[in-house]
Amino acid sequence: MRVRLRVNGAERQVDVEPRVTLLDALREVIGLTGTKKGCDRGECGACTVHVNGRRIDACMTLAVMHEGDEITTIEGLDHPVQRAFLEHDAFQCGFCTPGQLMSAAACLAEGHTGSDAEIREWMSGNTCRCAAYPHIVAAVREVAGRA
Amino acid sequence: MRDVGYLRVGDTAEALTAAARPGARLIAGGTELVNLLKERIEQPDLLVDISRLPLTDITVGPDGLHLGALARMSDVAAHPEVRSGYPAIAQALELSASPQLRNMATMGGNLMQRTRCPYFRADHDLPCNKRRPGSGCSAIDGDHRAAAIFGASESCVATHPSDLAVALVALDAQVRTTARTLPARDLHRLPGDQPHRDTVLDHGEMILGIDVPVSPPSAYLKVRERGSYEFALVSVAVAAETSGGVIRTARAALGGVAPKPWPLDVDLAGVPLRRDELRAAIAPAFAAARPLPGSEFKIELAQRAVVRALTKPIGLMGET
Amino acid sequence: MTARTRVDGWAKVTGAARYAADHRLDNLAHAVLVTSTVPAGRIAELDVTEAERAPGALAVITHRNAPRLSPAGDFYVQTVLPLQDDLIRYEGEPVAVVVADRLERAGEAAALVRVTYETAPATVELDDALPDAYRLGAYFEPITSSVGDVAAGLERADVVVERTYTTAARHHSTMEPSATLAEWRDGMLTLYDATQGVFNVRDAVCAALDLPADRVRVIAEYVGGGFGCKGFVWPHQLIAPMAARTVGGAVKLVLTRAQTFTSHGYQPPTRQTVTLGAARDGRLTAIRHTSVNSTSTYADHLEMAAICSRAMYACPAIETDHLLAPVSTVLPTPMRAPSDGPGMVALESAMDELAYELDIDPVELRLRNYAERDPTKGRPFSSKALRACYAEGARRFGWADRPMRPGALRDGNDLVGWGMASATMATFAAPASARVSIDADGRVLVEAGSQEIGTGTRTVLCQLAAEALGCPPERVTIRLGDTTLPPTGMTAGSSTTMSVGSAVQLAARSLRTKLASMALAEGDAPAELARLDGDALVVEGAPRTPLRELIGDDPVGAEASWSPSTADVSMHTFGAVFAEVRIDADLCLPRVSRLVGVYSAGRIVNPLTARSQMIGGMTWGIGQALLERSPVDRRLGRFVNKNLAGYLVPVNADVPELDASFVDEHDEHAGTVGGRGIGELGAVGVGPAIANAVFHATGTRIRGLPIAPETLLRGDGDGRD
Repeated sequence: MRVRLRVNGAERQVDVEPRVTLLDALREVIGLTGTKKGCDRGECGACTVHVNGRRIDACMTLAVMHEGDEITTIEGLDHPVQRAFLEHDAFQCGFCTPGQLMSAAACLAEGHTGSDAEIREWMSGNTCRCAAYPHIVAAVREVAGRA
Repeated sequence: MRDVGYLRVGDTAEALTAAARPGARLIAGGTELVNLLKERIEQPDLLVDISRLPLTDITVGPDGLHLGALARMSDVAAHPEVRSGYPAIAQALELSASPQLRNMATMGGNLMQRTRCPYFRADHDLPCNKRRPGSGCSAIDGDHRAAAIFGASESCVATHPSDLAVALVALDAQVRTTARTLPARDLHRLPGDQPHRDTVLDHGEMILGIDVPVSPPSAYLKVRERGSYEFALVSVAVAAETSGGVIRTARAALGGVAPKPWPLDVDLAGVPLRRDELRAAIAPAFAAARPLPGSEFKIELAQRAVVRALTKPIGLMGET
Repeated sequence: MTARTRVDGWAKVTGAARYAADHRLDNLAHAVLVTSTVPAGRIAELDVTEAERAPGALAVITHRNAPRLSPAGDFYVQTVLPLQDDLIRYEGEPVAVVVADRLERAGEAAALVRVTYETAPATVELDDALPDAYRLGAYFEPITSSVGDVAAGLERADVVVERTYTTAARHHSTMEPSATLAEWRDGMLTLYDATQGVFNVRDAVCAALDLPADRVRVIAEYVGGGFGCKGFVWPHQLIAPMAARTVGGAVKLVLTRAQTFTSHGYQPPTRQTVTLGAARDGRLTAIRHTSVNSTSTYADHLEMAAICSRAMYACPAIETDHLLAPVSTVLPTPMRAPSDGPGMVALESAMDELAYELDIDPVELRLRNYAERDPTKGRPFSSKALRACYAEGARRFGWADRPMRPGALRDGNDLVGWGMASATMATFAAPASARVSIDADGRVLVEAGSQEIGTGTRTVLCQLAAEALGCPPERVTIRLGDTTLPPTGMTAGSSTTMSVGSAVQLAARSLRTKLASMALAEGDAPAELARLDGDALVVEGAPRTPLRELIGDDPVGAEASWSPSTADVSMHTFGAVFAEVRIDADLCLPRVSRLVGVYSAGRIVNPLTARSQMIGGMTWGIGQALLERSPVDRRLGRFVNKNLAGYLVPVNADVPELDASFVDEHDEHAGTVGGRGIGELGAVGVGPAIANAVFHATGTRIRGLPIAPETLLRGDGDGRD
């Protein structure tokens, strides 16, 4: 099936079977490999992207369901939280980082940054096995202006 | 994942026609069905994409709360009037899954979730009567820490995973489908000898919305080991009116203890909001518990959770 | 030295960093494993006709048609070669690999491979395998140890504590599932691999496929976490090149999350018994520590849990012993933190129990048994500042205010407990080499085969090279993760900074000497004479020379190797961990509210990335204490939860602000760097500190990790032991 997506501001026509997830379409068809596949079951958040401005897990949705949708991946993100992650060392291996950043940018936009506890809760959909969690909280807190 | 047909429908009538076809399955948020497809637990021929139908309303009126079947979990949870008037619903939703999944998952899809029993969800086809009727239950003699203590049968001891459903039962909600309106507490069925059937809905029947009557103060308490992003070990939703430290009316339902949200069918009117009295008042409801050795702890844990939910304000809740 | 952000950080925050499965190759086919569904027996029927006919299918490889492999050498600890026979040794063992043009088609074709099994009885639970336990002949350290007379020490003791502790099976659960891309082109095999050791993979693949080393190249530019599971070589790393050779092109094999639970090792469950004898004043008279862990039926993995007791406390009589119990699972493997990680759960819980038997403060008890020398080997420690760790940790935590009595710190509905434990980790190092070169513009290139798995290797090597060369780190570029670069060991055992770092420093020094000599036109001028200044060299006693004048257009470089010396010292890292837990009295859910760790590890090259290592390790300890357990189903012979919804790793909400710090220290025995490894240390001691805090909160002594709410519910926090 042909499906038309807007990915990072650019129109993309992709030809995929209905069973192809948005994640696999991004990685294997379009070639945007910044978005990661950690569990493929909605259990880790490594595949977090924005669809029409909201963060979602790209492994849990089919590409054909996103005709005309506006999709932003890490390759299209330009947000101060990226530099904050770098400065706070909010990652180690970096594999979950694209998903963390997409989530962090959304978390900030949603305003779920009123306290460290709130940030922790609203960043809990992204597991980090290196466990940079306190640094992730610090980076989000800083961008939220509570540094 | 097996290949599958795909049809995006523009209105409910079209959805109904398509959904009636044998081998058709509705898909909306995708957070549940896509997993079931990947594990080959479900292998439909056609996916009917209803995600663009205009069933996303969240309306609060004098007669209560109305939720469209396709309202997203995150939108319902964030709605100010849901938070103030129906906190058990907002809390149940916000304690579910993750922010990303809540941005995807819908009200109807949440109720249609299937069990998290690890034998049902396994990476290949293990003996499981819910997954393959007649194949047996691996959990009964296996790892059944998560098993039901109420309503299970010899063919299945799995619990229902939805937090929302528990809150809806406590709030006496109704579920509207294309065929009928039924109480939320009657939507899910006990396994008996047909555990592969989770709900009473027929093939092609579609949830349109949820109606919640005006609710007394309510709360949802979820007991889980991980700080977030985990299904409940046990949970409890309560809706209660109190005065002078005594319950006037109360309704409660339990999650994580049964194949469906389990209404706590005891009359709590007149019971003082004190631990010992509450504990004694709810005890009869637990006499029917039939745990397995590994799930026995849930009897004690669930009773403590109920007492706790009634005595200690949680999160968004005002006076209980 | 100074905190520096990661030199590869920008690549990681923009999605530009390429992990194994991110490489895009021409005509890349996808491979999917089919794995056994029973734990033991043999394949009865195998029907691949449907799979072969599936749309897009390119090859279906099973034991019937797979190329014959040769033994894959020492790094292939698994020993059993994949797809070579019809025997099944564990649930999840590869029985076929399916290659197709697209990922979804490969997955579907794999599902169409029909396999039935003749099953054989299998034991999968450690307890069930205890009757078959055996003792290995040799390992990296002796299996048993004995100094002094333990029987006499126990006889003499005023108090004896003898307890059995268990730790659960756990999985590494790296965020990046293991993945191997294999490409055959012009007789060369190139692997893009998720590995902690590119040279291990090359050697194993060369041995298995009978290829010379110069025809196989392994690249690991970025690795999405390892923690041990990507250290040795596992079947999929042989299967991917086999599949690529069969289809004559490029093949990508990524483990599914479920397959990561069985396609490489896991941390085996342990059952340990610790016997402590002590005089009334707290001085230990005897320590006996024995451990048994699960291994597979076909190969040995020893979790040397009792080695911590050989070095931790001053005691005249110490005995340790280790046994293995064979089960029908995949071979276990080291996992952050191996050996000392599970071992210190037992020793440090027992020390807490002893403290209560004697009514001596737990920190004081440890100080009274402080080991100034390695009590088993009789050697001095290379460097040890553990006293300072206890003192600083206690100060930061506020330990002095701790009432000894359990249950004394209740806060409303929360039972609050304070517990502590020591941490220690044996230090490993491996031979390493590196090349450092400089071009006419003063740009420095550091090359070493070693891998970046998240530990900050690129950044730390950049700092060490800049320091040794006397140039700003901004001028230094690091190339890692490639078998065409100078050989190093694997990124494991917390060994990289000391080992590869020393090689880089030696190479940089050698380059500086070379430049000084060139400038002064004499052989072997001291390196100290030369200082880099942008694109020029400043040498004492010579005019400032532009590098282009000195070296011409081609870069000039130097290579050096470093090997651990067998200096007569014991090398360990140490730490003191203090935990506060809060337990909801009704719901019995323990949560960690404060965690303080103070560590002794020699010089810390980069405090920023080092802190990340420590807080990461501490969080692993939270997982060990409260969440991570992987039950096996006795009848089905499989891990019950092969996913991240059932196997719980900590999420952000589980982790409070963590206080991690280091004692200022320089270890002259720790290579040229002066620092011992820290990657695993943070994961040691946290588990027992939390368990001890749970005792302090509730009076219930937990001797099996992780701590389940139902255990606390039974104990009920009323002080019963």
